[in-house]
Amino acid sequence: MRSTSPAFKANARAALADAQLQRALSEVAPGLAARRSAARAGLPEFEALRERGRAIKDHTLAHLDLYLEEFERKATEAGSRVHFAPTAEDARQIIAAICREAGARIVTKGKSMISEEVGLNAHLEGAGLEVVETDLGEYLIQIRGETPSHIIAPAIHLTQDQVEADFRRLHKGLRKDRVLIEPTQLVAEARQILRDKFLSADVGITGANFLIAETGSSVIVTNEGNGDLTQSLPRVHIVLASIEKMVPTLEDADTLIRLLARSATGQEISTYTTFSTGPRRAGDPDGPEACHVVILDNGRSELLGTAFREVLRCIRCGACMNHCPVYTAIGGHAYGWVYPGPIGSVLTPALIGVHSAAHLPNASTFCGRCEEVCPMKIPLPGLMRHWREEEFSAGDTPLLYRLGLKAWASIARRPRVYHALVRTLMPVLGALGRRTGAFRHLPLARGWTKHRDLAAPQGRTFQALWADHKAGVPR
Amino acid sequence: MGGSAGRPRVGLFVTCLVDLFRPSVGFAAVKLLRDAGCDVDVPVGQTCCGQPAYNSGDKATAEDLARQTIAALEGYDYVVAPSGSCAGMLKVHYPVLLADDPAWKARAAAFSAKVHELISFLVDVRGLDKVDARLDARATYHDSCSGLRELGVREQPRQLLRTVKGLELVEMGDAEVCCGFGGTFSVKYPDISNAIVERKAERIAATGAGMLLAGDLGCLMNMAGKLSRQGRKIAVRHVAEVLAGELSDPAICERP
Repeated sequence: MRSTSPAFKANARAALADAQLQRALSEVAPGLAARRSAARAGLPEFEALRERGRAIKDHTLAHLDLYLEEFERKATEAGSRVHFAPTAEDARQIIAAICREAGARIVTKGKSMISEEVGLNAHLEGAGLEVVETDLGEYLIQIRGETPSHIIAPAIHLTQDQVEADFRRLHKGLRKDRVLIEPTQLVAEARQILRDKFLSADVGITGANFLIAETGSSVIVTNEGNGDLTQSLPRVHIVLASIEKMVPTLEDADTLIRLLARSATGQEISTYTTFSTGPRRAGDPDGPEACHVVILDNGRSELLGTAFREVLRCIRCGACMNHCPVYTAIGGHAYGWVYPGPIGSVLTPALIGVHSAAHLPNASTFCGRCEEVCPMKIPLPGLMRHWREEEFSAGDTPLLYRLGLKAWASIARRPRVYHALVRTLMPVLGALGRRTGAFRHLPLARGWTKHRDLAAPQGRTFQALWADHKAGVPR
Repeated sequence: MGGSAGRPRVGLFVTCLVDLFRPSVGFAAVKLLRDAGCDVDVPVGQTCCGQPAYNSGDKATAEDLARQTIAALEGYDYVVAPSGSCAGMLKVHYPVLLADDPAWKARAAAFSAKVHELISFLVDVRGLDKVDARLDARATYHDSCSGLRELGVREQPRQLLRTVKGLELVEMGDAEVCCGFGGTFSVKYPDISNAIVERKAERIAATGAGMLLAGDLGCLMNMAGKLSRQGRKIAVRHVAEVLAGELSDPAICERP
């Protein structure tokens, strides 16, 4: 996927002016935050669970090589083939080759952000395959030619009437009098289309929420059950997951699952949680004939020895974006690449380079709510600040801003100069604004006064008044 | 700066915004601290806590300002700031900033232990449970992010505000959601900042309160600036002004 992150400011402006998007965001995001809050309140050991979850991931990341090897061994014993893909290109090639060898024509897919990251659909379609997304949200954006705007609710930017209009436009044979108002009616309509695809697909591709080293299993959680049909009906099942999805044991996966659904949607557990281990065994009533697990690195292992290692704890619940004042104002597309919101602002510079993603770690108020709700306690603002430091050291900070910062710093570093200067300046500014109490326009503060008034200073500085106060001069 | 017997000596970190824009908040803080049995001084070796540099990736400048602030204030029993954001910088971030500097690591840690946000200091350290103030108004309180999440300032201001005679405290929806200020964020991304503060202004207005209070002048200037631009008649003040009964100056952005 090509990044539009360099155009973040323009993207954000367009998003703010998009009335339909604003309506969609205001309908869904606050509900997700409220449901998380209720779910958290309903589980007294939630904080202890977060600590446990963090420890599991930290331990796994510290010994990732060992667990990857163990996973490969166990998965192979269970009959799967494990492929390591160092880059996105490798992942695309491996999966295309599996499809080719299987003689596949139709590929169904469960929701997978890694698939978005490697640009899988376009590649497979280029190879002549029909690719069908089966998660309702993914299906919607696929038929619209869009990308996900949220990591668990990919079509969160759409309203119901848009979905209805798309179905009426694209679903041939949909009767005009068919009622499509309630979400359940829309889901039923999509299911009708997808059912044929599930049954005729040759290959099913899913992501994984977790890979379990001790059993060689992959785990997916969904609310629609589409993942199960995607992985059990076709002849070939391909799991596409990144290296940090690894956990050592079934019990570890269980701990993280308890955190995941609560943090994501406020559910105690997702409707479907599916563990799959290898292809169909003799005597199994169903399941694929062959199972492949493609494990993607794509720059992640380079983060292991750095401060950014912590971002690899992420379990992709989306809580950080649901609680982010910036994300909930502009939506996900404005961020310009696969992963939006606070997690994207940390992950994207790592995966596509801080130079092209420079806006993302800067576009945060550092309110800290993301870190507060993150089930894996990832210090997202701190890591964004790390990117800002790298950007500043590399001289990528915009020149005018840099100069302003330098001028301000040279004064702030010298208390005497500072106090002498502001002692003269503030009373002047105060006198200018005294009549109105605030400035509507101020030449050097346009970024501020474009949207809000600037309070006029009271006049003399505190330090000037305090010096008088100490000398016994009445205020 | 010698304190009277038994009275702790407090170094007030007045913050640059209070120094420049609203000294009345500084004097309100001094009054509250003195009433709570402290001797107060405001050393002139302080300027800004360094947060604009720190959050812009300019670590070297932030470290310089951290050392400067510590040197100016470490001699007091306590260091108190009328801002959760600046107090958080001093308390939480200085030790991280100077962790790799052998000459300053221990000093930063010892300094950190002395730092408090004003209102939580009054309640949690000085044991204040009521103030002697009166204000006939209906007010709502915004939780500024750093004070809330870095320092746990939440109940303390509400507890003291409830003891102000005549004051009715009404909660707004999403009081703990950011106002969109974010320091330099507000001028680097003005359109996004505006969208966030517009939402905040709606929440404030929906309470029907005639007054908005918070503990951070940056957030207050942001919200007051928006409410003023919208023509809403809501008086915006630092919570210390109300608790100290220092209300003779016009509210933030208010025409005298």
